[in-house]
Amino acid sequence: MLTDLSRRSALKATGLVAGASILPALPALAAPDTVAVAMDAIKKLTGGKEPVKGKIKLNLPQIAENGNTVPLGVTVDSPMTVDSHVEEITVFVTKNPLPIAIAFLFTPESGKAEASTHIRLAGTQDVIAVAKMSDGTFCIDTKNCKVTIGGCGG
Amino acid sequence: MLSRREFAQIAAATMGIASLPVGSTRALAQQKMTQADLLDFKSVGNVTLVHVTDIHGQLMPTYFREPSENYGVGADKGQPPHITGKDYLSHFGVKAGSPTAYALTCDGFEGLARTYGKIGGLDRIATVVKAIRAERGDKMVLLDGGDTLQGSWGSLQSKGQDMLDCMALLKPDAMTAHWEFTYGQDRVQEIVKNLAYPFLAMNVHDAQWGDPIFKPQVMLERGGVKIAVLGQAFPFCPIAHPRYMMPDWSFGIHEGEVQKQVDAARKAGAGLVVLLSHNGYDVDKKLASRIKGLDVVLTGHTHDSTPTVQMVGKTLMVASGSSGKFVSRLDLDVQNGEIKSFAYRLIPMFADVIAPDAEMAAKITQVRKPYVEKLNTVLGTTDSLLYRRGNFNGTMDDMICQALLEERDAEIALSPGFRWGTSLLPGQNITFDDLANETAITYPTSYRNTMSGSQLKDVLEDIADNLFNTDPYYQQGGDMVRVGGLGYTIDINQKMGSRISNMEILKTGKAIDPATNYSVAGWASVQKDVKGPAIWDVVSDHLKKHKTVKLAPNRSVKVVGA
Repeated sequence: MLTDLSRRSALKATGLVAGASILPALPALAAPDTVAVAMDAIKKLTGGKEPVKGKIKLNLPQIAENGNTVPLGVTVDSPMTVDSHVEEITVFVTKNPLPIAIAFLFTPESGKAEASTHIRLAGTQDVIAVAKMSDGTFCIDTKNCKVTIGGCGG
Repeated sequence: MLSRREFAQIAAATMGIASLPVGSTRALAQQKMTQADLLDFKSVGNVTLVHVTDIHGQLMPTYFREPSENYGVGADKGQPPHITGKDYLSHFGVKAGSPTAYALTCDGFEGLARTYGKIGGLDRIATVVKAIRAERGDKMVLLDGGDTLQGSWGSLQSKGQDMLDCMALLKPDAMTAHWEFTYGQDRVQEIVKNLAYPFLAMNVHDAQWGDPIFKPQVMLERGGVKIAVLGQAFPFCPIAHPRYMMPDWSFGIHEGEVQKQVDAARKAGAGLVVLLSHNGYDVDKKLASRIKGLDVVLTGHTHDSTPTVQMVGKTLMVASGSSGKFVSRLDLDVQNGEIKSFAYRLIPMFADVIAPDAEMAAKITQVRKPYVEKLNTVLGTTDSLLYRRGNFNGTMDDMICQALLEERDAEIALSPGFRWGTSLLPGQNITFDDLANETAITYPTSYRNTMSGSQLKDVLEDIADNLFNTDPYYQQGGDMVRVGGLGYTIDINQKMGSRISNMEILKTGKAIDPATNYSVAGWASVQKDVKGPAIWDVVSDHLKKHKTVKLAPNRSVKVVGA
């Protein structure tokens, strides 16, 4: 991992996941609309501001080799100065039981807004990374990752 | 490139020979063509690339029927290689009934097989490779596209050593791989260590840290030209095969890495950049269209063979078939980092016409010796033409599915859509050698379990999307899973989840119910700890009870939108 991920960011990530679990309970039998839950979670983070595309790049395999541990990388093009830096990158998942996979926190001392980890995907889905910049704006990137049953490869 | 002789003999080839016994083709074939015809080539330039790929453990000449169904979707619909039979003949201007038509298509296959005989044999390949090397000397590069070490009993038993010992005599300059990985990552490392030439795979990395596992490329110098050969292994190994066979390695297509390697090769002075690939045809076609500076793609995996070079922008694409049927020769005139002109021939290895190379023939006899008694065991005979290749059920798989249904007492049978597996003509014996040529894998266990109707549909939809996704980067290059006892309709142009309909139990005509459980027998599961007999034992047992294979036409799959 290139970024100096502090204990704080790890804790923050856990906190966010825990926070997500206090969302209103979903009807037990109907399939939960996890996409809507993820979209709500994004809105909550951005406070309704429209995130822009371009500055942030989410790297994810097109097809997962193992849905239980999918490599994920994210970078934001930022000078990482006191005046202009990335504060936080949150990764949202649209078909997992919980809408947030991980959040990374940055300070200017991070040097680069770049992080990688492995996440678990419950099935084929869109994964969305949203970065919060120090000027209060947000940027966004979406990638689809296919999780297949496997077998039958020629 | 058809010789005059070929044109002259076409009519004769298609007439009245179906009654001839198998094995009497030598005299007939030799009337139609000579070794000199097959080797005939007007050489060009300062570099000759020789490509073999997807030999699948086939040391001996075989019959291999090319597909009648090989559908393309999206932008690739109706484009080579997604044309078959008579359409293929007219697209490439090949005469029906000619040796070329026999080698490249299913059109008139059975009759032509009895005229022109078997194709392949590594001893015939050796003759051709040596002849080209004698002619071109230090201008020649020999490249092996992989899927070389798997597909026969001898290869399975020796973990590919039989093929390695034979291939060593050909002196390849590099190889890449696919099924080689199913011998496990330790065996692959051992193979690489002992290989006299580089094993190239720029797209295989440590799953945890991303470090490269193999050499990405090699720089060769031929005819005064620096040639960079980049290797790309099959990108979906841990998905298409049991992940536990390569637990620490990650694969994928990795466009960015390909471009990086091409740029590095150019920077190091390469005048010619060649991609030795096991991506599959459509994947390579897309990749070639998106990478700058790639001169030649030698494509493999999907077992396509085209008699001419296909251009993708400025990139030359060569597809050299499978099972040892062909050797590709591509002559290039390379000047100042550019291909000025080229000449190409896909040379079919007509076994009755090309003299076997003595050194290789002796090595083949030697490596087959430990197994030869078992290999020659006759299990039965066939009244039907048996073949596998094609997008949907082949007759060989019908036989395997029948064996699974009866021997494992199941309602539904599933058999993997591999593209390898040789063909047998009506009247031929089925030997253990033949059966192993369809089944020799390292995860051969036949399972029996229950699946709900909705699970079955999910499996069919998932595999159909690996084949018919309009983005080639999602195509894994196998054919559709074969089914026994089950019928369905598939609309290949739909999206995943909406392609499969009208699933029914063939015997009763009853629709598959999503919530009902069915007994399913199959083999080649990617799961761990599967219990059951090996598939070759299941089929052997079945053939003991039903000595003669006679198959009714299979109409269980209805294809829409092809």
